[in-house]
Amino acid sequence: MELQGLKDMASQVRRDIVRMVHGCQSGHPGGSLGCTDFLVALYCKVMKHNPSSFSMEGKNEDLFFLSNGHISPVFYSVLARSGYFPVKELASFRQLNARLQGHPTTHEGLPGVRIASGSLGQGLSVACGAALAKKMNGDNFTVFSLHGDGEMQEGQNWEAILFAAHHKIDNLIATVDVNGQQIDGATKTVMNIEPLKDKFLSFGWDVIEMDGNNMVAVVNTLENAKNNHLRKGKPVCILMKTEMGKGIDFMEGTHEWHGIAPNDAQLALALNQQKETLGDY
Amino acid sequence: MLQDIQILNEKETRGGFGEGILEAGRRNPQVVALTADLAGSLKLNAFIKEFPDRFIQCGIAEANMIGVAAGLTIGGKIPYTTTFANFSTSRVYDQIRQSVAYSGKNVKICASHAGLTLGEDGATHQILEDIGMMKMLPGMTVIVPCDFNQTKAATIAIADYDGPVYLRFGRPKWPNFTAENQTFEIGKAQILAEGTDVTIIACGHMVWTSVEAAKALAAEGISVELINMHTIKPLDEAAVIKSLCKTGCVVTAEEHQINGGLGDSIANVASRNCPVPHEFVAVHDSFGESGTPMQLLQKYGLTKENVIAAAKRAIIRKKA
Repeated sequence: MELQGLKDMASQVRRDIVRMVHGCQSGHPGGSLGCTDFLVALYCKVMKHNPSSFSMEGKNEDLFFLSNGHISPVFYSVLARSGYFPVKELASFRQLNARLQGHPTTHEGLPGVRIASGSLGQGLSVACGAALAKKMNGDNFTVFSLHGDGEMQEGQNWEAILFAAHHKIDNLIATVDVNGQQIDGATKTVMNIEPLKDKFLSFGWDVIEMDGNNMVAVVNTLENAKNNHLRKGKPVCILMKTEMGKGIDFMEGTHEWHGIAPNDAQLALALNQQKETLGDY
Repeated sequence: MLQDIQILNEKETRGGFGEGILEAGRRNPQVVALTADLAGSLKLNAFIKEFPDRFIQCGIAEANMIGVAAGLTIGGKIPYTTTFANFSTSRVYDQIRQSVAYSGKNVKICASHAGLTLGEDGATHQILEDIGMMKMLPGMTVIVPCDFNQTKAATIAIADYDGPVYLRFGRPKWPNFTAENQTFEIGKAQILAEGTDVTIIACGHMVWTSVEAAKALAAEGISVELINMHTIKPLDEAAVIKSLCKTGCVVTAEEHQINGGLGDSIANVASRNCPVPHEFVAVHDSFGESGTPMQLLQKYGLTKENVIAAAKRAIIRKKA
């Protein structure tokens, strides 16, 4: 997909996110909007994957693991619009008997999801295991993962960061969404995790920084990471600067929209800011 | 027959695990072993020597080990995680719950040094709650084999079962009495002796203790039906119901808290199907402490004499 197509997709995904969260009056729009450009670039441009024939094992394709599972709206929208399941199913988000649970799960058999996430800090370990299995299987494809910056406060991440460097898991690109916000406020006031770059470097990772809300930068950085940084003996971390709530002006730059839904008037305001490019579900 | 049950030798159940994972590794190239700095204690040395590329050292980081194992299954591997039972369960319960059980991953959580018989290290390491925690997780299979030979057989068998398993075994040398090279059937109770006066249902080390108790009871003319319930979940409910209907009373014996263990599972089945007097040989809502395994079993009421007394109480209640 070329640049305009990716931008159109991102606009549609942002509409999906606010509509899904509005539809059930719950969910997490802030982080979802901030990570939209990243997930669109990954699924529509960078990853080699097989949406029409999903298999749990994912042999000979790139894999993605969402560790910060609360941004399920963006994950579901991108999965649906990549062809993993019907777009109209987005309307079932967080509804009883739905495959689109509040947080992603394999339990309901939703294509595209390979691990449950929601309880934070577990996804990097899983991604390490999947990447290690690819190495053991002689499968030269790549494992991607996404984590919140607040999520880095969970200790298990640091076990996994040690593990990945020690075992030279160099087919893994772990991206941290550095939006500086978490539920109780700014990350630096709740529990400062900076300097993240120095931390990853000192643990033996290759670190790349990226503007996560500039589609050109996201595509170029991800492709550069995939083509030039992997298989050199180190796991790769992308520190992705984003704005929580990106693309909906009244949701930007605040933690207030981490986990609340817009009302009818707010939804209308939001939809005015993102063009319907591919048709609403 | 009860009188035919004899000690073959005394061996650690964890040694059976070590031999079992080596054999499982030979039979299935997808079997991989992980440990959190306890490869020696879990008897992995032979596996590591034969399959160095299928061994993953995780360091003292159990939460990550569970997550890595879940990820490995996505690539078709059959990971066996190994550490002490405490660090296999309570330390990593949320990781097991979300990344393994809820995600339906084919991880084999292999836990040594369970219960009081860990001995001198004391209560920090003597987990007595693990069966309860693990059996509460939807979809989790819970296996507690009784001796070296059965632990080996169970370790081999779980590779062929697709789903999460908790396999619990122990530290000390213990009577090894079940058949060498036996076939292990998950979820199938092992009837060690048929009887009519009282049913004794045990798991793990307490099976041998119950064999000795049953022999002593037989010498007093009491006919014991003895069941080795090596699989706590899924429980062989049919075997329990059939036996309890026949004998009319039951004793459960386990190296675990009275809350949440084998006894609870049996009481659940009994109350729904065939309520009978039930006596529990278990640890009564207490932590353990330092001591030799035999001293601890004595102090916390997990001896042959405790099982015998419990059986007599159950029979008296039945007749009352």
